[in-house]
Amino acid sequence: MPHPLLLLLLPPLPPIPPIAVPREIRRMARLTYLTALTTLIGYGIFFAFGLLRDLFRKLFNWSKKSDDRKGYAPICPAFEDFYTRRIYHRIQDCFGRPIASAPDAWIDVVERYSNNNNKTLHRTTQTTRCLNLGSYNYLGFAAGDEYCTPRVIESLKKYSPTTCSTRVDAGTTMLHTELEELIARFVGKPAAITFGMGYVTNSSIIPALVGEGGLIISDSLNHNSIVNGARASGATVLVFQHNSPSQLEELLREQMVKGQPGTGKPWKKIMVILEGIYSMEGEFSKLPEIVVTCKKYKAYIYLDEAHSIGAVGKSGRGVCELLGVDPADVDIMMGTFTKSFGSCGGYIAASEEIIQYLKYTCPAHLYATSMSPPAVQQVLSAIKVVLAEDGSNRGAKKLAQIRESSNFFRSELKKMGFVVLGDNDSPIMSIMLYNLAKLPAFSRECLRRNVAVVIVAYPATPVLLARARICISASHTREDLIKGLKVISEVGGLVGAKCFPAEPEKIQKLD
Amino acid sequence: MATAVMNMTTAALDWVSIAFDAPLARAVVFGVHIDGHLVVEVLLIAVILFQLTRKSYKPPKKPLTDKEIDDLCEEWIPEPLHPPITEEMKAEPPTLESAAGPHTVIDGKEVVNFASANYLGLIGDDKIIDSCVASLEKYGVGSCGPRGFYGTIDVHLDCERRIAEFMGTPDSILYSYGISTIFSVIPAFCKKGDIIVADEGVHWGVQNGLYLSRSTVVYFKHNDMASLESTLEKLTHGNKQAEKIRRYIVVEALYQNSGQITPLNEIVRLKEKYRFRVILEESHSFGVLGNTGRGLAEHYGVPIEKIDIITASMGNALATDGGFCTGSARVVDHQRLSSSGYVFSASLPPYLASAAIAAVDHLEDNPSFLTTLRSNISLLREGLSNLPGLTIASDPLSPIVFLKLKKPTGSSKNDLELLNKITERALKEDSVFIVSTKRSVLDKCRLPVGIRVFVSAGHTASDIKKVSDSLQRVAALVLAEHI
Repeated sequence: MPHPLLLLLLPPLPPIPPIAVPREIRRMARLTYLTALTTLIGYGIFFAFGLLRDLFRKLFNWSKKSDDRKGYAPICPAFEDFYTRRIYHRIQDCFGRPIASAPDAWIDVVERYSNNNNKTLHRTTQTTRCLNLGSYNYLGFAAGDEYCTPRVIESLKKYSPTTCSTRVDAGTTMLHTELEELIARFVGKPAAITFGMGYVTNSSIIPALVGEGGLIISDSLNHNSIVNGARASGATVLVFQHNSPSQLEELLREQMVKGQPGTGKPWKKIMVILEGIYSMEGEFSKLPEIVVTCKKYKAYIYLDEAHSIGAVGKSGRGVCELLGVDPADVDIMMGTFTKSFGSCGGYIAASEEIIQYLKYTCPAHLYATSMSPPAVQQVLSAIKVVLAEDGSNRGAKKLAQIRESSNFFRSELKKMGFVVLGDNDSPIMSIMLYNLAKLPAFSRECLRRNVAVVIVAYPATPVLLARARICISASHTREDLIKGLKVISEVGGLVGAKCFPAEPEKIQKLD
Repeated sequence: MATAVMNMTTAALDWVSIAFDAPLARAVVFGVHIDGHLVVEVLLIAVILFQLTRKSYKPPKKPLTDKEIDDLCEEWIPEPLHPPITEEMKAEPPTLESAAGPHTVIDGKEVVNFASANYLGLIGDDKIIDSCVASLEKYGVGSCGPRGFYGTIDVHLDCERRIAEFMGTPDSILYSYGISTIFSVIPAFCKKGDIIVADEGVHWGVQNGLYLSRSTVVYFKHNDMASLESTLEKLTHGNKQAEKIRRYIVVEALYQNSGQITPLNEIVRLKEKYRFRVILEESHSFGVLGNTGRGLAEHYGVPIEKIDIITASMGNALATDGGFCTGSARVVDHQRLSSSGYVFSASLPPYLASAAIAAVDHLEDNPSFLTTLRSNISLLREGLSNLPGLTIASDPLSPIVFLKLKKPTGSSKNDLELLNKITERALKEDSVFIVSTKRSVLDKCRLPVGIRVFVSAGHTASDIKKVSDSLQRVAALVLAEHI
């Protein structure tokens, strides 16, 4: 039992993140007990060293005056940002890398240096030209496009960068009305409404549709904006196991019987929220089965197609087209323009009445600045290219290119022996690294070889399932992909991420 | 009649007592003389004890069979996702056919635009458009990624540094959308158990942030410092616990729901007395108040270090989009990992960031915009001082001139109907574009509705005369019965 005075020196323990991973996800991510054990030991070592450093900091700062004023509680208590200070700061140079060019297939990553062990990073004027495997640039509209850019510049000169006003005041221009009609037509719904930011779309639409007395059932791996929107609505929020229509059905039946908490009255309405492609795994949702279940129990479906609109499906119309679901069966379809169309903003497509009601009451429509007109024009032009309404077949070529590139990349990675998540035809794939220490090694070694990758760890993924995520773009050529594969293979070997035996003959072919 | 009833009752009672007394009148048990009423009492106690020992009655829970659950599901009818659509829901705002500058084109006609918060008249400014074009050609439109994953473009970092330089703070952080700034900042610093004192007139973005933070929120009367003081006193009086939790005062510098300006010197005095931190929402006062446009702190001569967190949307005076938050280095650094609107969302399009830098440069080089804006505001207030049926309810320095009904009808809905009639007629007949308050069903603000006239430094004296004349005429017509 340590001396009581020593206990005073110990800083308050940081919150331990949840370690348990549901069985389905463990199976999908091929997490073995040995890997889990070694990963946990790694985390334990970081934790212990972090606590030790905090202890020393407390000892050395005993006499020093704290920068928090007397009588005020600290604005960021020590244990809340333990993770930030002791784990994230050590690998901070792998995140937030500034670039000095458009987020195209090749980018200029700005070099940074640090004088205090990564706590603060300073920019230099040097840049390195790297292959970009991290940006959400599925159709290659990120850099200038021969059809889009002249029109965007024209609309900038005509309408200015902003309208300084909300949509209901003076913020609706001809471009906005045109965009809403076009996106409704593209997605296959009667009407649509657009907003200036995808995050705000989710956060302010869900409270407008479901209020107290309603039930929201959302997938366990849903995005933070959906979680925030569900929380802000005041409805009861339950979570169903990721991509499991059977568990969803069980949950629905149970909730029908139970009713509202406390009173037992029947629910006012039930809404099931799921995404098209889950951006951390790269897999599609089981939309057809979930639609059948929801129709049976009269629950409303809200589909978030942030990553899938424009990127999957034969003509780019998203997950509904790919999986053969009629858009009329999905009540609300939401998407963003940031990923495939190289712009910013979000939209909701639904029936005429719902859209009219949303235009009347949705806070983002009434209080937030309307979408910037050049950005609106970019989306208009990009959709016209995809629909082949610009008079060329570049849209179809881009869609075919991204499909082939993603499938090629994924199959090659699997052949090399990596554990790769993601379904066929999905432009996102994750290489599982599990161990926290492998992440910065992978990222830094790849950068040294001029490939820019994205690594993700807790809290964006479960604690034990850290990974590197690759996003393929239609502007990657076959040579780019082969170079990327070579570098990843080399670095993966160095880092020890090849969990499966490689297929020998195919490796020789790549050389 | 009454005596007969009385006699009958007394006879019945006598009979009962005799019946009880008779058999046991002479029984003696253990030396205690047993009376009739003792028997009743003992029986009662026995019954009570018996009931107490029984388990409480719960209706037996039979789990429903599958068929019963199926029937339940069949019978259940959900509410529709939208309420019945009324006529007012179908109203569409006017569509602009050109830039939303001081003069714009609606339905082919040129109108004077008093509905855009274009305070410095920077819409259509050549320098800003040139910097945007250069940015578009270099970086494209979108940034295709969140700040952590190659979405940080060097213009973002330059913009953050420029704003921090302009405001005089150590650092600032850029958000990709104006309204998401405040509702991401508040939950990053306020968690469950903290205390927040907020003005009741804050706009929806702030209300949403307060709700998401799950802290204890106490509202005080709109812009009333006495009410604020008493609320603070009540919360901290004798409350030892209050010292260990974080406490905040959340106010807007210029309220968009009423045009009032908050007295910052009072707030700082109260904050220091009761040891609260201040979160100041400067969306409509940044670039407007103060000698050089540095906001409310400059206007009141309060050193910027006294304000803990300042947030603002750049969609008003700076004529671009997005928002920023500035404060001490610790405050800004914390948001880079824990602010949801920053971490989980794509970053600001680079051309808007370069527009922001150009706008700040412009503002710093030409403080004459502010004097023009101020003279326009006073000119307009003069012109609107004697309106029939409407009164000016906003602060003399506010670029949002807020007109309230002199005699409100008693319900917001009817007030809004009248005000909408005024704005529609002004647009149709006089080509003057003004707007009334719009309230969402989800908005908790209960301040009175009114007409908002946004004054810009780009308006000329003739524009202002046009709007005053138009309002004089239309208000007299529409409000004839209501004066």
